Formats: sequence, C-alpha cells, structure tokens
Amino acid sequence: MEYQAKELFAKHDVPLTPGIVAETVDEVRAAAEQIGGRVVVKAQVKVGGRGKAGGVKLAADPDEAAARGREILGMDIKGHTVHRVLVVPAVDIAEEYYFSFLVDRANRAYLCIASVEGGVEIEEVARTNPDAVAQIRIDPVAGVDEAKAREIVATAKFPAELADQATAMITRLWDCFVAEDASLVEVNPLGRLGDGRLDALDGKVTVDDNAGFRHPDHAEYVDRTADDPLEAAAKEKDLNYVKLDGTVGIIGNGAGLVMSTLDVVAYAGEEFGGVRPANFLDIGGGASAEVMANGLEIVLGDPDVRAVFVNVFGGITACDAVANGIVSAIHMLESRGETINKPLVVRLDGNNAEEGRRILADSEHDIVEMVDTMDGAARRAAELAAK
Amino acid sequence: MAIFLNEQSKIIVQGMTGSEGQRHTRRMLAAGSAVLGGVNARKAGTSVDFDGTSLPVFGTVEEAMKETGADVSVLFVPPAFTKDAMVEAIDAGMPLIVVITEGVPVHDTAWALAHSQRTGGSRIIGPNCPGIASPGKSNAGIIPSDITGAGRIGLVSKSGTLTYQLMYELRDIGFTTSVGIGGDPIIGTTHIDCLQAFQDDPETDAIIMVGEIGGDAEERAADYIKANVTKPVVGYVAGFTAPEGKTMGHAGAIVSGSSGTAEAKKEALEAAGVRVGKTPSETARLMRDIVTS
Repeated sequence: MEYQAKELFAKHDVPLTPGIVAETVDEVRAAAEQIGGRVVVKAQVKVGGRGKAGGVKLAADPDEAAARGREILGMDIKGHTVHRVLVVPAVDIAEEYYFSFLVDRANRAYLCIASVEGGVEIEEVARTNPDAVAQIRIDPVAGVDEAKAREIVATAKFPAELADQATAMITRLWDCFVAEDASLVEVNPLGRLGDGRLDALDGKVTVDDNAGFRHPDHAEYVDRTADDPLEAAAKEKDLNYVKLDGTVGIIGNGAGLVMSTLDVVAYAGEEFGGVRPANFLDIGGGASAEVMANGLEIVLGDPDVRAVFVNVFGGITACDAVANGIVSAIHMLESRGETINKPLVVRLDGNNAEEGRRILADSEHDIVEMVDTMDGAARRAAELAAK
Repeated sequence: MAIFLNEQSKIIVQGMTGSEGQRHTRRMLAAGSAVLGGVNARKAGTSVDFDGTSLPVFGTVEEAMKETGADVSVLFVPPAFTKDAMVEAIDAGMPLIVVITEGVPVHDTAWALAHSQRTGGSRIIGPNCPGIASPGKSNAGIIPSDITGAGRIGLVSKSGTLTYQLMYELRDIGFTTSVGIGGDPIIGTTHIDCLQAFQDDPETDAIIMVGEIGGDAEERAADYIKANVTKPVVGYVAGFTAPEGKTMGHAGAIVSGSSGTAEAKKEALEAAGVRVGKTPSETARLMRDIVTS
C-alpha cells in the first residue's frame, strides 16, 4: 500500500512529502490539525483506481478532513474494504511523471520504465504513444550508478533543469529496489511541484517473499488479512488456498497439477449442469498428515462444497503418506465431534500408490471413494457434487 | 543422445551432506546416475555412505571437478546460500548447474545468471525446479526415475507434478529427456533453450511443452517454434478456469489482464502449429497419436 511504499522510500532518502496514517475519523482530524492547511485524504488499499472510486479527497480544514475520512473509511473499493487512510499536505503539482524498476522475466534482468507522460495509466500511454515510454534494461551485476541514472534521465527525456534531481532520485530508488529485495518499485505519479522539486507523490513496492530471511522488518508488510474468512483461516495455517465459486473442493500436490485439476473438474462438470471447483489448494511436496488434515478441514468447512476431490501424483511424496494423512485427518475431525457428510473422491498415482490405495480401502470410511484416473475421479466428484 | 544430460554425465552434489541432499543423492544413485561426490567446505575430507557407495566430500567445486571430472552439479543448498553456491560453480566452469532449491530470492538468481552470462560457459537449470532426467541414462535432481523408461519424447515443463503426470501417462512410449525448468520469475534454461536442444537431438521424435499461466514465456516459445522447430510439438497449459487477478501457488502463476491467460497461450501455440491439449490426458493422447501414427 501507498503508506508502506512511502515508508520504504523514506528509509532510502527518496524525496517525498510525508503523511500521517489514520484508522479512525478522530485520527484523520488530528492528522489534518497536525499538518495544517489543506490536506488530501487517501484510501489505503491494495488496488489501483481508488481516485476514480472516490477514495481520494481534498479537504480545506480538519473538520472537512474528518468528514471525508468518515466517507472513505469502510468504503469498498473493487472488493477491498478501506481500513486506513493516509493524510498528506495538499501540494501544488505542476507535472506528473512515471517511474519504475521491475524484474524483467523475458530478459532475466531488470527493467526501468520511465515516462514524462504520467498521471494516467502507464499501460494506456504505452499503447497510444509507445515512444513516450522509455524502457531501459538494467544488468543485475552492473546495477544503476550515477552514469546509468543519467542515461535513464536522458532516454526518458526528463526536462534538463530536473536532470540532477532526477538522477539523485533514481539512484535512491535503485538503492531501495536492491536493498529491500523488491520485485517492483514504482513511483506513480512522480510529481514536479510548483516550486520545481521532484516528489514521490504515490508509490508501490512489491517485496520478494523469498528474501524474507534477510528482512525481518518486512514481516509487518505481510498481509495476513483476507476478505474471505476461509482464505484468512488458510493463511493462518500457511496453506496455499484460494476460494473460488464452485461446489467441488479441490486438494492436490503441486501448483501446476492443482491448477490442471481445476480445469479437469470444470470440464467434467459441464455434463452435470456446470459444476465447478470450489477452491484451489496446493498441499505441496512431502505433505504431512497434519497439512492434509488442515487442508481437509478448510475445504470441508466451506459451506459451498458438496464433494471433495483429492488428486495426488506421488513424485517424491509417497502416496502411502498421503493416504495416512487422509485417514488421520478424518479421525482428527471426527474426534472433535464433527460429522463429515461430504464424499471424498481420491485419486492416487505414482510413488507407493498401491500401498496408499490399500490404506484407504482398509480404513473402511464409506465417505472415501477411490477412482483410478484423474479424468474419471474429476467426473465422479462433479457427479457427486451435482446430486 | 538425449539433451544436456546423458550416460557420460558425471555429477557432484552441492549440499550433499544435508538431509534433502542425502535423500536425493541416494535416489539419483539408485537410478544409475554417476554421482561422484559432494561439496561442503566445512566437511571437506569426510565421506558419506549411500548403501555401500562411499562418496567423498570436497571443500570446493573446483577441487571436486579436478578430482572427479564432474560436468554436472546439482544444488540442494538452502536459499540463503544458493547464490554463493551458484557463483562458485559458475566460476569453477561447471558446464551444467541444476538448482533444485525452492525459495531463492529473485535478486540472487538475477545476479548469478547475469554473472554466468558474463563469464560464459555454464548452463543453469532452475532454480525451484525438479531437475532433469534422461531415463535409462542419468538423473540430476528429484524427478522420480521409476515413472518411465527411455523413449523418443522430449518434455519441457515449468511444473513438477504435471511433468510426472505426463511422463506417467506416456510411460509406454518413454522419453529421451525431461527437463523441469522451474516456475520462478527468473530462470536459467527456458522453454526455448530446451525446444532448440530437442530439435537438434536425433533421438527425440516429438516434444511436449508444458506451460503455466502468467508471463509470456509460452507466447515467445510459440514464435520460436514457428520459425525453428520442425518436429511435432504438443502443448499443455494449466489454468483455463483460473480467475483473473488471483495468484495460485508459483510466483509465476498470476493472471492479470488479458495477456498471460491459458486461452491466450493456447491460441499463440496453436497459431504456431502446436497441438494443445485441454487436459493432461488429452495432451498425452495427442502425443500418442503423433508417435504411433
């Protein structure tokens, strides 16, 4: 979110006008009083287009700021509830530019995108006037030194009188990009104020979760909230779960296989009046009985789910371990007094599949049904969900 | 012949003394791979026993190469140390580096790959990948060796379990080489690198390419196939029913906007003459039709 990006910018001395985060109407008023003069109240959500949605409002004084805060706090912007706002001094903006550093998958390097035509969607500018959007490749070993920053300034055609300021800003944003292990550092808009100063008016930083081990301070940026209660519960258990809108619960191992399972279930479901998958859940490689149990608990806890499809190909994961996981998960849930009345269709292949199937057969749980192939199991699960 | 890895390949394991390293070194040996030693500076001079095969632990990759003639290194090093391990292998001139480690920071991968490009020589597969297997010849990584035997299909995939699924469905035909290139945003060896190698490999008759939603690697691969690949290619992309704007699993698997969707990738591949299956079993069927006709 904007205020978090600005915290990281400030840490690396990127020039910006500081604001105050507020979570209540009283805090908005206090922030406006502290800043003095005209302020802008800005919704803090992880989605673009908040200005158009009415999430950014100008206020002349603390009373008006509080009124605007009351409107914005709790507002829904594209499915995201506004829990906090950033109150910033209203500044006089002469021009708006765009600037970002990001990971460039295609070239296995980094890319700098800069444009003096900011203030609107950069994708729009890139489409209508591609020459106005400079794209500069950055070699990860060489990085961005002052000379490279000057090259960017020249390529993007920043006004000559801003060259020194822009160069300094770019090297600081590069420091932020590298030091924070970011996969994206974006300033949009990068403002040229009435007095000629450059100011990071709004920004976005995406940090790499994989680098969390060298950034203990990034833990506070991890979004533990989710608007969907099942997704929130799954997040708490570190499960890779996404809620979807169908009725067949899905559990599998490996992101690719699970995504493929969603497709196969949706195709099979066409035959039964459009039955669709209820979720994405990847239990990963070498899943323990506990992970399986947690996963089953989440999926069975979804009131939309009418049947569950467990689809596992044992590569390194042994299918007997998966089967034991299913059995102990059912025991665990039953021992908590929960009755499981949703059918489980299980398909196991690969490493120790026969042993896995034997364990499930011996467990004599009549809710568990084994089917040999992925297609067959998907069809059966869709059929059961349609009943 | 197979690509990148064959019966002549001599393998060392960086991180062999760790639990994952030991577990998979044992499996690679059981698959008949020539694993000749490991690297761990703190345990140099010791050895590790794998069911009767004693493998020496060297202090550096350079020393391991000199002593064993190794030309492949497989990395099971923890994420925080993967960059240094990659750079050490690159600097030693290791021809093939297979990085299994999941969770490597993208800046570390980017730096190591850029360093490799400057210094020349090394082919890097991964990170965050299952590795590479040439059935009946050698196996470098964690792809199970008992799914299928040698045959005439080449496979390149971003996803581990989907690779296994397709190898399983076509186990009666068999594979020359199966390459799991990994699902990270930045990877060493790409779809295109593998397509080129399979095109040049006389033992490979047909190619399966497994993609994933997000990014445009499949679209670029489609352009490459159109211009350079004369062997039949069958494609599969998972995620036709994935909703836009949701991340599912891999860092790479994000759909945003209209590009990067499974449908867009399917269209691009079909325009390049690739037959695309809607499910793994349909994909296997398309491949079966090609190789048995």
